[in-house]
Amino acid sequence: MSKMKGLVTRLRQESVWISLLSIVIGLIIGAIVMLVSGYDPLLAYQSLVEKIVGNSYDFGETLRAVVPLIMTGLAVAVAFRAGLFNIGVEGQIVMGSIGALLVGHFVSLPPVIHGIVAMIVGTLVGGLWGMLVAWLKTSRGINEVISCIMLNWCALYISHIVIRTLMEESGTGRSKLIQESASIQLDSLSAWMDGARIHWGFAIAIIAVIGYSFFMNKTKWGYEIRAVGSNRHAAHYAGMKVNSTVLRAFFISGMLGGMVGTFEVLGVFKYVAIAPATSGLGFDGIAVALLGMNTAIGIFFSAILFGALMYGAQGMSFGADVPGEVVRMIISIIIFFTAAPGLLRMFFKLRTRKGRKGANANGNDSVSS
Amino acid sequence: MAEQHDIVLQLKGLTKRFGEFVANDHIDLELRKGEVLALLGENGAGKSTLMNMVFGLYQPEEGEIWVKGQQLTMDTPSVAIEHGIGMVHQHFKLVPPFTVTENIILGMETKKGLRLDKKSAAARIQELSDMYKLNLKPHARIDSISVGMQQRVEIMKILYRGADILIFDEPTAVLTPQEISELLGIFRKLTKEGKSIIVITHKLKEIMEAADRCTVIRRGKVIDTLIVKDTTPQQLAERMVGHNVKLTVDKEDAKPAETMLHVQDIWAKDDSGHDMLKGLSFEVKAGEIVGIAGVDGNGQTELVEAISGMRPTQKGKIQLGSDELTNRNPRDVSEIGVGHIPQDRHKHGLVLDFTIEENSVLKSYFKSPWTKNGIIQSDIIKEETERYVKDYDIRTPGTGVLARSLSGGNQQKIIIAREIERKPRLLIAAQPTRGLDVGAISFVHKQLIAERDAGKGVLLVSFELEEIMNVADRILVIFNGQIVGETTPKQTNEQELGLMMAGKLERGFAHV
Repeated sequence: MSKMKGLVTRLRQESVWISLLSIVIGLIIGAIVMLVSGYDPLLAYQSLVEKIVGNSYDFGETLRAVVPLIMTGLAVAVAFRAGLFNIGVEGQIVMGSIGALLVGHFVSLPPVIHGIVAMIVGTLVGGLWGMLVAWLKTSRGINEVISCIMLNWCALYISHIVIRTLMEESGTGRSKLIQESASIQLDSLSAWMDGARIHWGFAIAIIAVIGYSFFMNKTKWGYEIRAVGSNRHAAHYAGMKVNSTVLRAFFISGMLGGMVGTFEVLGVFKYVAIAPATSGLGFDGIAVALLGMNTAIGIFFSAILFGALMYGAQGMSFGADVPGEVVRMIISIIIFFTAAPGLLRMFFKLRTRKGRKGANANGNDSVSS
Repeated sequence: MAEQHDIVLQLKGLTKRFGEFVANDHIDLELRKGEVLALLGENGAGKSTLMNMVFGLYQPEEGEIWVKGQQLTMDTPSVAIEHGIGMVHQHFKLVPPFTVTENIILGMETKKGLRLDKKSAAARIQELSDMYKLNLKPHARIDSISVGMQQRVEIMKILYRGADILIFDEPTAVLTPQEISELLGIFRKLTKEGKSIIVITHKLKEIMEAADRCTVIRRGKVIDTLIVKDTTPQQLAERMVGHNVKLTVDKEDAKPAETMLHVQDIWAKDDSGHDMLKGLSFEVKAGEIVGIAGVDGNGQTELVEAISGMRPTQKGKIQLGSDELTNRNPRDVSEIGVGHIPQDRHKHGLVLDFTIEENSVLKSYFKSPWTKNGIIQSDIIKEETERYVKDYDIRTPGTGVLARSLSGGNQQKIIIAREIERKPRLLIAAQPTRGLDVGAISFVHKQLIAERDAGKGVLLVSFELEEIMNVADRILVIFNGQIVGETTPKQTNEQELGLMMAGKLERGFAHV
């Protein structure tokens, strides 16, 4: 029996190992594709790395690209832990950005306070928008995936209406700017990084990672969310209010998404564009949460990986003439292998069996009667 | 080697390790043609691991598998199937919206051009079903037939693939007494036709009834192989656990006191809206164990859920002492003083992916001292859980391991510890020993009796007559959503109870 603990820890390690292996395989397959298509993969990866850490501006902008991914990764993970799929982070981001934009543009408040208020409003709007999904599910039984996708478009078009009727900067296809007092950009740090758009969101994201871990593992609410997500029948039996827990999880998830919207408006762009589609940050969050296995530390690192790859893609197309889509492909391959670990296990099990007699216990084995 | 017998399956020195844990340690075993061989052992003894190796799901580190005189390497189940080995798993692997025929031919569909040839498959199934008296309807949908019938579909699945060595993993765990005796009949029919059967089980009664020989496994090693007709249940049990066990329960007479639970004329529906409780009334007094006997599906599940607040009632009254329980939520019911060992420990009793610590506070996590200001106090929970592990003999490498990794008996002990330590006034135990081995069963029974002796009311719901007869002080028989009889273990016997459970005899009711 005492050996079972070893088995459990080994399983944990195995999933980390699978993630790392997926990344390596993703990069290798990416290189092969580039090679076959007549590009130079070494030069491409070199340009990629240079773009990410080459100078202080690019490094700052890489951080800027990582921050929203951390937040959306956490947003998706909170819902995942409650057993739900929040594919609506996209819409929650849009609603958050509109909330922040309205406060940032129309309300006059002293600096710092203005930014904080705008952030809080945007965050709450995102949270409520997320809770709408959970409410539809708990009261009407509507599958959250369906309502999320529909509400994403609703959010986008609501943002168009709001901007067009209240605050369009005529002829530019975007809103008017927020007041300078609402900016959450860190000017001194930005200046130091040659104008990279660094904002408070970076610090908030780090706090959110720690907070997420603490919330999930150490608080009563986190315990309830995990119980409901893992076994809602047992949660009901134990006297938890399953529906309220689902609402709460989606509210938190939506708030994290909404906050990303506020970062983009108050810290990066200062306006909201009338875009034909949503940003895609919410969808990327799904990938981040998946690779990070819904753990705080995992999300932190996978957001850094994806954020860096996506930002660095520009360098690849510039330095090695490789289309940026290759990076998207690498990311897809990484996700593919993380989501289907059986493929990797199969591959390596075959290898080990050839190597020595008797394959070792794999992840599916358990000690039972 | 016993030459006079035709040996269809032979295992030589089979060894399987999980990390450093030796699940099977040089196991030797032989199966003779036309016999039923029982594989007996406690939960976690290594029975399923062994059979999974024979079926090609696991690969042994050492040892040989011989099938009909030929040594085989079982890489995948398809090798096993090819050589006539079939396995009926404890949890069925069927597609509910498919018909019986569609499930059986899944993976080996006969085709006519591009179309599935279901007709000839159905005819073949009908033929086999008649031959072995399985009574299958080839065109019935799986979700419309009983659990017992679903199991026969699983049996048919392997017969259809031409198996003559059939392995059953705990086949009776999900069956009603009636279905069990039918299954044992099917075993006899199969062996008469020359099939050989291995049954993994820990139910002594069934071994005595159906098996020819019994191989006992303890801690991954073969302890003994016994000829069933020359042995006794007592002897089998001792071999299995390795020391003397009592198959009956010692207890003093009950000293019932004031009425604890009062259930009056309650009505409740199942999930699909059918009335399952139809004006059911009874009482449980402090200091007595009331056993609810009955065939599965007569309202037991709904009754337990109605009392514990998990299912609404349409009519009637439930009270605990002077506290109202009618249509309260599970949290309130639990806080008022009801402990509940649920029928399905995986679905309701535990969050399998939570640690033992997290599971042991599943019902009280929100209260002091487990939570302070919304923060879970892990250290205090750990300390308390360590005490449960010690007091309730939960065998685990630590309190931080997942509940999923423990054997069924140890999982059940977590639930029992949690429910008893909350000091309820009424303890509901629904099928508390389902799937447990002899040692664990006797532990559970002792706990229930100890609760009774401490002046609690205990409501025991069980499909096992033996359990009801052994443990209960007073027996109520439930049939078709009503209590149709009341008796005591001393006044009745299993035959009479069986008749009452089938709705063919009414007794008692002096007090209503």
